[in-house]
Amino acid sequence: MTSILQSRVLIDGAATGRALVLNGPLSLWGGLDPRSGRIIDPRHAQFGEVVTDRVLVLPYGRGSSSSSSILLEAVRLGTAPAAIITLETDGILALGAVVAREMYGNCPPVLVLGGGEYDRLVDGAVVEIELGGVVRLQPGVA
Amino acid sequence: MAMRILTEMAAVYGADRLLDIESAHIDGCLYHGYSGLEFARRLVAGGARVRVPTSLNVGAIDLLHPETHRGTREQADHARELMAAYQSMGCQATWTCAPYQAQQRPPLGSQVAWAESNAIVFANSVLGARTNRYGDFLDICAAITGRAPACGLHLTSNRRGQLLVRLVDLPERLTRDPVLAPVLGYHLGLISASKVPVIEGLPADTDEDFLKALGAAAASSGAVALFHVIGCTPEAPTAEAAFQGGDPTATVEVGLDELRRTRDLMSTAPDGPLDVVALGSPHFSVEEFARLVPLVERFPPHPEVEFFVCTHRLVHEVIAQRGWLEVLVAAGVEIIVDTCVVVAPILRSQEGVLMTNSGKFAHYTPPNTGLEVILGSLEECVRSAQAARVWRDPELWQS
Repeated sequence: MTSILQSRVLIDGAATGRALVLNGPLSLWGGLDPRSGRIIDPRHAQFGEVVTDRVLVLPYGRGSSSSSSILLEAVRLGTAPAAIITLETDGILALGAVVAREMYGNCPPVLVLGGGEYDRLVDGAVVEIELGGVVRLQPGVA
Repeated sequence: MAMRILTEMAAVYGADRLLDIESAHIDGCLYHGYSGLEFARRLVAGGARVRVPTSLNVGAIDLLHPETHRGTREQADHARELMAAYQSMGCQATWTCAPYQAQQRPPLGSQVAWAESNAIVFANSVLGARTNRYGDFLDICAAITGRAPACGLHLTSNRRGQLLVRLVDLPERLTRDPVLAPVLGYHLGLISASKVPVIEGLPADTDEDFLKALGAAAASSGAVALFHVIGCTPEAPTAEAAFQGGDPTATVEVGLDELRRTRDLMSTAPDGPLDVVALGSPHFSVEEFARLVPLVERFPPHPEVEFFVCTHRLVHEVIAQRGWLEVLVAAGVEIIVDTCVVVAPILRSQEGVLMTNSGKFAHYTPPNTGLEVILGSLEECVRSAQAARVWRDPELWQS
């Protein structure tokens, strides 16, 4: 059965993609190559994974204040995630999305899901996001 | 456009008003790709000017030594154009990630909008100025409007310490060695999540280069934007002040074993042959050069080891006046200004091992340069450069 979760909207939008659930926080600068969409932080558990068109799920960003630049560059190059869902509000990720929408007219929605609901996002599961922050989780892993 | 982005971000943070800021520090001048340049060009085309004193972070090229840039001509041109665009909006050409050691500092309690993770944590923790973690683009929007969303660390109540980090049974020598700073900072970043950590057990006279290295590492491994050190930093004369009269939400004890484990995590290669030594993230201060120069005189680097120190122009002038620049250059040390070796293509080695005393370099060297990294103390770095293989001080981490 599909589960429906209500997230808090930082940047509104609709998107669908398979979840890429990160085990820990990621700094996009020094963590994501915007040319390939690949995670390049070798200390990160998801090193080598590609975020492009995935629903990127991470507790929060960390590190560099340049992460907003990397998200903007990823949107320009078409390598950005389909959406970003965090456990805690991360202004630097939301900022990259706000500026991408300003510059290029599109950006991934950025949503916050609280503790219990965040934990229900399973890597590989199909996630549908509707305007207004409604998150539909398809059963099973695609 | 600047006010639009600012108010959208105020909504993201849930801030119901904006507040006036006294200064800004801008990270957006560092070239990461064409989109950043398009953004700056749009601001310039709209006639944007900053309304408050605004310093600039590193760019992606050393303007005094442009021959050190080993990227493409196009990359170098874009890096220069981006730096010029920010200067043309009225920002000062400081080109440093350590603006707090290069210019007048914001006073205790002042509201500022700073970007650059290490500068943010220094401004909040060591100066007691108030800034959130501003990212690229919002930094310049705040400088242009002179405003910032009234939320987060701008507000007194959110500066309250949350996580008590108690240092236990550390050997006296280690608590006085600068190598503790990046390791403790990196550890702090890993355990703090987005909480404000409060450290108990550092000497009251811990110097600011130690706090600078600690904060830079904590803001690399984690998202730390403010820490307190009881009896040392300005908002923590006592534990009660650090926690604003409340209790910690959790207490963590950190001893030698935990720190040794974190130290090992910071290196990605075993001790062995060495290709590069890089110092100066954040940018090296005059005091740090004062410690480096006699070491380099005693242990000059091996000719096949690249040895870089990154700093800013004001420190560069001082070390030139003191005759240290000549000593270092004669020994084969290369001084980089305006930028650094993990944000710009400067290293000749395309693979191999880089050794550093910086937690920030330790974190970002592997993804940004493709080299493996080894963390060591300043003396370990210098003596390893001489040997062209990692040298360890056998007593440094002993109990």
